Amino acid sequence: MGKVVLVTGVARHLGARFAAEIAGQPGVDRVVAVDVQPPAAELPPGVHFGLVDLRRPAIARVIAEHDIDTVVHLNVSATGHGGRAAVKETNVIGTMQLLGACQKAPGLRRLVVKSTTAVYGSAPRDPAVFGERMQPKDLPAGGFAKDAAEVEGYVRGFARRRPDVAVSVLRFANIVGPTGDTPLSAYFALPLLPTVLGYDPRLQFVHEDDAVEVLRLAALDPRPGTTNIGTFNVAGDGVLLLSQCARRLGRPTVPLLRPALGLVAGLVRQTRLADMSQEQIQLLTHGRVVATGQLRETFGYTPRYTTPEAFADFAAAQPAGLLPPERLTAVTDRLAALLGEPRPTHTEEPGPR
Amino acid sequence: MTAASKQAAGAAKVIPIESAPSWHGPTPGLADRIADAVGGALAGQLGATATRVFGKGWEAKAANGLGFLRRRITGDYEVDDFGFDEELTEEVFLSLLRPMAEKYFRIDVRGIENIPAEGGVLIVANHSGTVPLDALMTQVAIHDHHPHRRHLRMLAADLVFVLPVVGEVARKAGHTLACNEDAQALLERGEVVGVWPEGFKGIGKPFAERYKLQRFGRGGFVASALRAGVPIVPCSIVGAEETYPMIGNFKTLARLLGLPYVPITPTFPWLGPLGAVPLPTKWTIQFGEPIPTDSYAPEAADDPMLVFNLTDQVRETIQHTLYKLLVQRRSVFF
Repeated sequence: MGKVVLVTGVARHLGARFAAEIAGQPGVDRVVAVDVQPPAAELPPGVHFGLVDLRRPAIARVIAEHDIDTVVHLNVSATGHGGRAAVKETNVIGTMQLLGACQKAPGLRRLVVKSTTAVYGSAPRDPAVFGERMQPKDLPAGGFAKDAAEVEGYVRGFARRRPDVAVSVLRFANIVGPTGDTPLSAYFALPLLPTVLGYDPRLQFVHEDDAVEVLRLAALDPRPGTTNIGTFNVAGDGVLLLSQCARRLGRPTVPLLRPALGLVAGLVRQTRLADMSQEQIQLLTHGRVVATGQLRETFGYTPRYTTPEAFADFAAAQPAGLLPPERLTAVTDRLAALLGEPRPTHTEEPGPR
Repeated sequence: MTAASKQAAGAAKVIPIESAPSWHGPTPGLADRIADAVGGALAGQLGATATRVFGKGWEAKAANGLGFLRRRITGDYEVDDFGFDEELTEEVFLSLLRPMAEKYFRIDVRGIENIPAEGGVLIVANHSGTVPLDALMTQVAIHDHHPHRRHLRMLAADLVFVLPVVGEVARKAGHTLACNEDAQALLERGEVVGVWPEGFKGIGKPFAERYKLQRFGRGGFVASALRAGVPIVPCSIVGAEETYPMIGNFKTLARLLGLPYVPITPTFPWLGPLGAVPLPTKWTIQFGEPIPTDSYAPEAADDPMLVFNLTDQVRETIQHTLYKLLVQRRSVFF
């Protein structure tokens, strides 16, 4: 008998992609996808969609009815239907309901939970690169990061009570792709990027293809020599500075003092241009980088896209900014050509003095 | 409304807001025209003048500069996980610091061969001089004198990363927070890591206590080196103590500003900004014999006795070298 997989949060882009992906896997008999609203695009035929609000106990009936053995919980996100209060309730209460239902399901074998590297916070007094076992100096004070930290706490409790269930928690860096719907991609879509004066944060991205692939590997049985039980950071190799991201997108930055940025963020939120939350401002001030050694060595997966490659794929799908890099290089190349020198190329390194 | 603000309002009208977008988004036509105009001028009279002023080969230098500019404005450069921007450090930060190291402090660098050609190594040095110039000068000295032009990755106080601009520049120059995790990560990546274990106790000590090493923290740096199995190179810096002789401390002001100290020197704050100019002392940076740690098992890092002994050994080595260098020194300034 094959697996029966429950996927939560399929109304969002990542959830819908993952549900379609896992439905096509050998050894998967059925995929049950749930969310409070139907997904924007039609789900493939192998996926049964159920309109379920995770905050209600109805989820227990779905698990019992379909005899679910694998639960992939993707409904932990920063934005969503309704205001911040509703999002928090879905994240925290929804997870509690789901875990409660899981505990009563004797047939359950595997639980995969999507978390975020935001649980490490962003602070100047923390180590530059976070490993899975590090504790931040200050726990996230609020917002999505706190939700995710609480969700992880409940998942740890569940893992203690049901040691027979294989639990993996995946902490994703900011997920980007050609069609992302994350708060950070909304920020990068602004024509002028407000930044914090005097700070240039280090950012890390993971491509949505890699995110889906990591979720797939976590939901199936582990391949020989690897394990998918435990907590793993998921991020593309390498780092981009915010200033680099802005230049690669061709969007001018507007450095503001921290309090002024708070006002601008409020304005941006109210005009619904983007959702610039307090924790996002924190990220745009101090940045965050995680170590991915565990993912590569223990989990056995190396992301196909590095952070710069994932960002390039995202940038290619964005409308051109006010300062397109191609136009700027055209000017410097032309000047260089006029000087009668060979054109400087990308790979040229500054020579030794 | 004061005259100044009227003037400011008047000046603001000269550049209307509507004209601003042309700054951000030059049309291809405009960009082409600018490039053509500059190119035409260079080919004609201006080119000849430039050759006279900058000397032969200015074109190559300008092309290099353009290549650098091109990479910078399009974000086409790499930074490592710690935010270290090698190109910016080499082209800008070190170029700015180099005249200070070579012309102003005339640093005499000794024992550079004690820093291995590759692999992780921990440099432990004495800290002094009110402003961490000694750390910056050590970075220049290692890069410029080491045959493999290695970069020093410093472990800095958390205050550095809390401050805007300072924190940003520090990260781009390759420095990171002084904590065990970061130290170990850098050492395992095979970097040259620099640590000033005296911290604020050393850099902010009164002039009367010059060249007397302060307590070496809790020996966290030795534990990191033991875990990574890298050698420890003691480094003694002479000359930095006299750059800003600290004769007093505004303790109340320091507490108000949240700083470890606000120095009073013979020139600061009496001469205003001029008082912030360091005295032109003659410096010596001596790198000592490496102390190997690879003979110990990695678990040795959890043996407090061994860690304390090694810490003392490093401290004694630096203190003795300092005394030796001070005896050899002819004068503070020459």
